[in-house]
Amino acid sequence: MVKKIGIFDVVNFLLLAFVAIACLFPFFHMASVAVSAPEYVVRNEITFFPKGFQLDALNAVLQDPRLWVGYRNTLIYAVLALTISMSLTISAAYSLSRKNLVFRAPIMLMIVFTMIFNGGMIPFFLVARSYGLLDTIWAVVLPNAINTVWLIIMRTFFQNLPKEIEESGRVDGLSDLTILTRIVIPLSKPVLLTIGLFYTVAIWNDFTSALILLRDSTMFPLQLVIRNLVVVGQAGDVLEATGVGGKKVVLDSLKYAVILFGCLPLLIIYPFIQKHFEQGALIGSVKG
Amino acid sequence: MRRLSVLDQVKRDRVYLLLLVPALIHYIMFRYAPMFGVAVSFMDFNLFKGFWGSPWVGFKHFEAFFTNPNSWNVVRNNLILGLYKLIFTFPAPIILAILFHEMRWKKYRRFVQSVSYLPYFLSTVVVSSLLIMLLSPSTGFVNKALISFGYEPIYFLQKAEWFRTIFIASDIWVGAGYGTIIFLAAMAAIDPQLYEAARMDGAGRWKQTIHVTLPGIMPAIVIMFIMSIGSVLEIDFVKAFLLGNPANMDTADIVSTYVYRLGILGGSFSQASAVDISMAVFSLLLVYTTNRICRRLGDTSLW
Repeated sequence: MVKKIGIFDVVNFLLLAFVAIACLFPFFHMASVAVSAPEYVVRNEITFFPKGFQLDALNAVLQDPRLWVGYRNTLIYAVLALTISMSLTISAAYSLSRKNLVFRAPIMLMIVFTMIFNGGMIPFFLVARSYGLLDTIWAVVLPNAINTVWLIIMRTFFQNLPKEIEESGRVDGLSDLTILTRIVIPLSKPVLLTIGLFYTVAIWNDFTSALILLRDSTMFPLQLVIRNLVVVGQAGDVLEATGVGGKKVVLDSLKYAVILFGCLPLLIIYPFIQKHFEQGALIGSVKG
Repeated sequence: MRRLSVLDQVKRDRVYLLLLVPALIHYIMFRYAPMFGVAVSFMDFNLFKGFWGSPWVGFKHFEAFFTNPNSWNVVRNNLILGLYKLIFTFPAPIILAILFHEMRWKKYRRFVQSVSYLPYFLSTVVVSSLLIMLLSPSTGFVNKALISFGYEPIYFLQKAEWFRTIFIASDIWVGAGYGTIIFLAAMAAIDPQLYEAARMDGAGRWKQTIHVTLPGIMPAIVIMFIMSIGSVLEIDFVKAFLLGNPANMDTADIVSTYVYRLGILGGSFSQASAVDISMAVFSLLLVYTTNRICRRLGDTSLW
């Protein structure tokens, strides 16, 4: 059945075009200002495309050691945190997926309860302080090691795996642990990938625990560095150090360059992982 | 079959229980210990005397908070932002999902969808930094556009009256696209025969949306609504913290930024914690009430 294109379709097309532009424009604008020549930036002439293409701002930012320290720290935290988070979540989810596990109901209750109640920022700080986490890697890695929603999603996925496969493994003489590593984990690749991605994004973007628990600037993750350079305005030091002219407005190029570096990894991998996010949002909503 | 005693069950499940131990330790250390840590709100907590040495003072800090006229400012800011979230941020993905659903040019729809999820994965720091840059009075793009249309530049982040608009608009920018996923899934589950029947009865696209699509996703909307009520007073601390400054404090200061300043920066741990749990209790009452109302009005409820 062929239908004619009505006003509704035109309006809808335009509204969605607006949505797409609103979502993409800031990135194009940011990238353009970052790579444009100072005189055009001064005169506020950059909208969508760069003018007088040059990489001075990017170079200046790349020479700032703070950004690299931030990148390195975030990478270290991410690898460590992902390892810990995934091992804790997989092992707990696997155990809880056994319907006849002893004490299963009270343990689930205890876990779900934490989704409703929490102590808040101050008791969290005091508790973390009393564990000696201040100014250590563990401050960033441990407190959010388990996300309860993702744990429950994984448990539900494990629960829905066919029991027969596991039983055949048992007949072949596999132990509980080898069933997990040889059968359950390989069968659960989609959910493990999705939740691994979610953990990675969460760790990469984490700001609060570092803000509250880290004082030592050599330990700052990327997000704190971005905040210090852009929001607090320390990007100006880079100018003084590198001695680029036209200070006030090149500062804009510089700040945009910092933000761009901050979200570059995501912008690069986004097209490849986008469909996993969609999958993740759905399995997350089925069993919230 | 004979039922196993608890001890035998523990023996049978020992491997699984051992696998659970690290997670349980995590929950006790990082979720339950802070819950008991709220006891500091009933003390005059002193870092040097510690948890066991600080004196108990009852409800002193709560009374101080509730009788201090300034504290109502942060509570009000929190409530208003929460209310705006419900009014503006919550419906945004539903409306966008309907637009996606009605878009017949599939490739275009896919493209806009993929692009609209993107902001969700940016960190709040990046989003706030972008906002600060784009809204800057002298060099930001928004003011540049205003000037080219003949308007005066606006000092967006220096003006208290702009803070809520900026906060909520950027919330929508970040979350609307990603939020469509669940509603699109609910729409995909609607029986196509219903649309056909509606067409037979002469319903146009608009009528079909009102009478078929919306009722079809109603259960999803109600569930999402109740869930968002639960977090309605949890305003993004990071964004409020990064966008707030002395000039827009009148509207930008919310409970969490106040708690951060008072407790982490100021060292008044007991007072700050008392503020925090007062708000948490209030939030809980809100969820409970909403759930009861939803259960009475319809048959969908969270528990």
